[in-house]
Amino acid sequence: METRTAGGRTHVHFKIWRQETTDHEGRFEEFKVPYAKGANVISCLMEIQRNPVTAEGKRTTPVVWDSNCLEEVCGSCTVNINGRVRMACSSLVDHLAEPIVLEPLQKFPLVRDLAVDRSRMFDALKQVTAWLNIDGTHDLGPGPRQSQGDQAVMYVLSTCMTCACCLEACPQVQLGNAFMGAAAISQARLFNMNPSGKMNADDRLSGLMERGGVQDCGKAQNCVEVCPKEIPLTTSIAAMNREVTKLLFRRILSLDLPSARAAAGPG
Amino acid sequence: MADARFTVVGGGLAGLMTVIKLAEAGQKVDVFSIVPVKRSHSVCAQGGINGAVNTKGEGDHPDIHVKDTLRGGDFLAEQTSVKGMCYAAPGIIYLLDRMGVTFNRTPEGLLDFRRFGGTLYNRTAFAGATTGQQLLYALDEQVRRYEVQGLVQKYEYWEWLGTVRDEGGRCVGSVAMDLNTMEIRAFPAEAVMLATGGPGIIFGRSTNSVINTGTAAGRAYLEGATYANGEFVQVHPTSIPGEDKLRLMSESVRAEGGRVWVPKKKGDTRAPKDIPESERWHFLEEKYPKYGNLVPRDVATREIFHVCRDLGLGLGGKDGVYLDVTHIPAKVLDAKIKGVMEIYEKFVGEDPRVTPMVIFPGMHYSMGGLYVQFQPGKNLEPEPAHPKNQATTVPGLYAGGEVDHAYHGANRLGANSLLSCIYAGMIGGPAMVSYSKSSGQKAAAPKHFEAARKVWQERIEQLRKMEGPENPYRIARELGELMTENVTVVRTNDKLRKTIEKLAELKDRWKRVNALDSSNNANRSLSFVNQLWNMLELAHVIAKGALLRDESRGAHYKPDFSLPEPKTNDPREDPEWMKLWQIRHEKWAKTTLASYKEGEPQISYEDIPTPVLQPEPRWYA
Ligand SMILES: Cc1cc2nc3c(=O)[nH]c(=O)nc-3n(C[C@H](O)[C@H](O)[C@H](O)COP(=O)(O)OP(=O)(O)OC[C@H]3O[C@@H](n4cnc5c(N)ncnc54)[C@H](O)[C@@H]3O)c2cc1C
Ligand code: SF4
Ligand code: SF4
Ligand code: FES
Repeated sequence: METRTAGGRTHVHFKIWRQETTDHEGRFEEFKVPYAKGANVISCLMEIQRNPVTAEGKRTTPVVWDSNCLEEVCGSCTVNINGRVRMACSSLVDHLAEPIVLEPLQKFPLVRDLAVDRSRMFDALKQVTAWLNIDGTHDLGPGPRQSQGDQAVMYVLSTCMTCACCLEACPQVQLGNAFMGAAAISQARLFNMNPSGKMNADDRLSGLMERGGVQDCGKAQNCVEVCPKEIPLTTSIAAMNREVTKLLFRRILSLDLPSARAAAGPG
Repeated sequence: MADARFTVVGGGLAGLMTVIKLAEAGQKVDVFSIVPVKRSHSVCAQGGINGAVNTKGEGDHPDIHVKDTLRGGDFLAEQTSVKGMCYAAPGIIYLLDRMGVTFNRTPEGLLDFRRFGGTLYNRTAFAGATTGQQLLYALDEQVRRYEVQGLVQKYEYWEWLGTVRDEGGRCVGSVAMDLNTMEIRAFPAEAVMLATGGPGIIFGRSTNSVINTGTAAGRAYLEGATYANGEFVQVHPTSIPGEDKLRLMSESVRAEGGRVWVPKKKGDTRAPKDIPESERWHFLEEKYPKYGNLVPRDVATREIFHVCRDLGLGLGGKDGVYLDVTHIPAKVLDAKIKGVMEIYEKFVGEDPRVTPMVIFPGMHYSMGGLYVQFQPGKNLEPEPAHPKNQATTVPGLYAGGEVDHAYHGANRLGANSLLSCIYAGMIGGPAMVSYSKSSGQKAAAPKHFEAARKVWQERIEQLRKMEGPENPYRIARELGELMTENVTVVRTNDKLRKTIEKLAELKDRWKRVNALDSSNNANRSLSFVNQLWNMLELAHVIAKGALLRDESRGAHYKPDFSLPEPKTNDPREDPEWMKLWQIRHEKWAKTTLASYKEGEPQISYEDIPTPVLQPEPRWYA
């Protein structure tokens, strides 16, 4: 661990993007937050809530941001920190160069300050049918058996917390465009691996072929590098690309089969 | 009932299961949540979910689960609901499996189970050490499916403010506020379910998520719902102290073999690995040979407290003991508890696979909550689809999940909460449907909704204008410190009295608060000022309940009123002690009821029917 904390550091210097709505001009505000051992970006934002005064001594409003679990499992607190997308709660100030610059995600509509609207990610989950079609909640006994190996792969995929790091880093995702991004593609893979999910695998693949689907991925691999849960996103994308291609072939074959036969004649 | 709609407040496990049950019955549901439901606090649950599936050949059975639960809660839990829950548990775990939860597996491909605290059986199904996340996602996915079908309407980033009542006092809907646009609206409903989770943030730093302020429960109490057993607050034995929160180190760490110890020598400054086994004191294993490190949480917490505060044997003379997994192969740790290993690594910066973790107890869970009822049916389980199940004392208002009071008594067993949340939703949804059919009342007049909306609009406007000298977040921090210091592990009447005085001061300061922000867009401070009042009121309920309960039971520990140690190993063999136990039992084996009158919680007690299991001394040695 870095130990820049030595030498009696008393304050942490922050530069934080403030913007009330998209109709307002944005600007940076600077803060000097009292240093505490083990502090992370959120604990500093909380300190600012308790004393909303800028470095120049000007009173301001508390910063608006999203967070909930503070242990990197809910996916709320994604922001750009010193130009890199990451989770604010697990970003310890001891590991960050000062001034610590906080900016909102750029690929999503701004709500205010550091808070953005990530509903496009939840919509993408609808597009790829990211669920299993269970018959009902009554007791039907256990589901199908699964190997420890399959579980290990699916477990990792299912830790995706819809945080949006992968979308923010992706060159193909733009504010307002339709590309679903790596997270939803990887979820499609998760459900298509599940023994009962396999039964309607084609529904998910069809979703992946729609507007904004897997074909829009430019294979830049930025996503996999920033995923805080280390989900093998490029493996998921490659797997889904293959499946989509296979489905296309199956469709072409089944569509063309009769006419193809007719054309070939009894030969 | 053509345009009948139901409201569910909360998108954690309890809320989402209620939504699923309602939608499955073809009902339309509005679900409200402060955060997107997929980010609810239930994601934090690590260790697992209990069910006596008995796949390990141990002879486990739902009856034993019932017994462990009732005994674990020192006979303060509502017995029919506990029985219903434990019998439903295997089916619930199978349902989650069918929904696609990536539970760990045995070599044969069956669900794997581990052993949790307060039981001798391997009864806990788990998905790594992020079980709550996986469970919440499974329910979230099913709800999304119903959303696509048009049955579910989500209101995310909406905060429930309070109920709408008709002239008869029936809850006919809610008022809620959009936390982004600050719009305030009334929503009619056939019935309203509060599944709003626990109040951990009243204690400042806890293992809870930041939105767990208990605001909705506090408000429901102020509006006439009875709050029960508020003084029963679980302090988890093993958490990592932090600036902003106490991060949990799940019980599953001990379930997988983690050992708690301190150096035998006071002030030993050697690195843990340099201290030989013979110079380590595994105090839980020594004192509780049968349960070892897996004694119930209240017991483990008190022992750690005792070792640090009374014996001065805490690490470096401070609060903290070792939780050691360095003897377990890293591969095993990664397969079973990687999630928590990573939390420690990320937030402390040391690898727990190599260096023993340093932990201390942290506020974790509220056994108490909104008082709910059940209709005992056959087999002494709640009668299916009876409108009384999960009903609060306000007609039409239901509560389920951590926010209800029923399932855990004086102390919750690990991995029983996820279960109780899901079970509450499973019986709560059908209860709401039955209620709406049986209440047979005509739809409430529009004037009630407009009136309620206006009251809130005016109140929020008033709060927005508050320009006093007090910072609400600082008041909240002081509240947290006050409650943690005096109303957690060890309680004395003296300190509790002072706490209540101090709470009155904080309430007074709240009246001179500054709203900090007058914006009409995503004004989170404004919402917090409103919540803070509800937190202060709920804190009062908790502290007063603790003050008046002159005994020790489960998580509520008052040394001045504890029974002496029995003279025999099995207390039932000490007739003198049994007499004392009987007296205490008759006086205090009761549910604490708090209702709001004239600005104060009025406390009364209710007998607990014990049709399922006769109380007996709770003993783990
Ligand atoms: C770190 C940790 C680990 C745990 N591990 C386990 C475990 O392994 N096993 C176990 O059984 N239990 C565990 N627990 C306990 C368990 O996680 C919780 O008790 C349970 O998840 C609570 O679920 P819930 O549905 O009641 O509420 P929550 O999941 O807290 O959800 C509450 C919902 O209500 C909403 N809400 C609240 N107030 C309002 C309002 N005013 N307006 C609108 N919406 C509102 C929130 O947005 C949220 O959606 C753990 C707890 C913690 C803290
Ligand atoms: S591989 Fe590149 S283009 Fe494709 S999703 Fe990842 S970052 Fe985006
Ligand atoms: S795949 Fe990773 S980066 Fe993308 S949303 Fe999921 S957890 Fe976040
Ligand atoms: S607050 Fe939940 S991931 Fe950071």
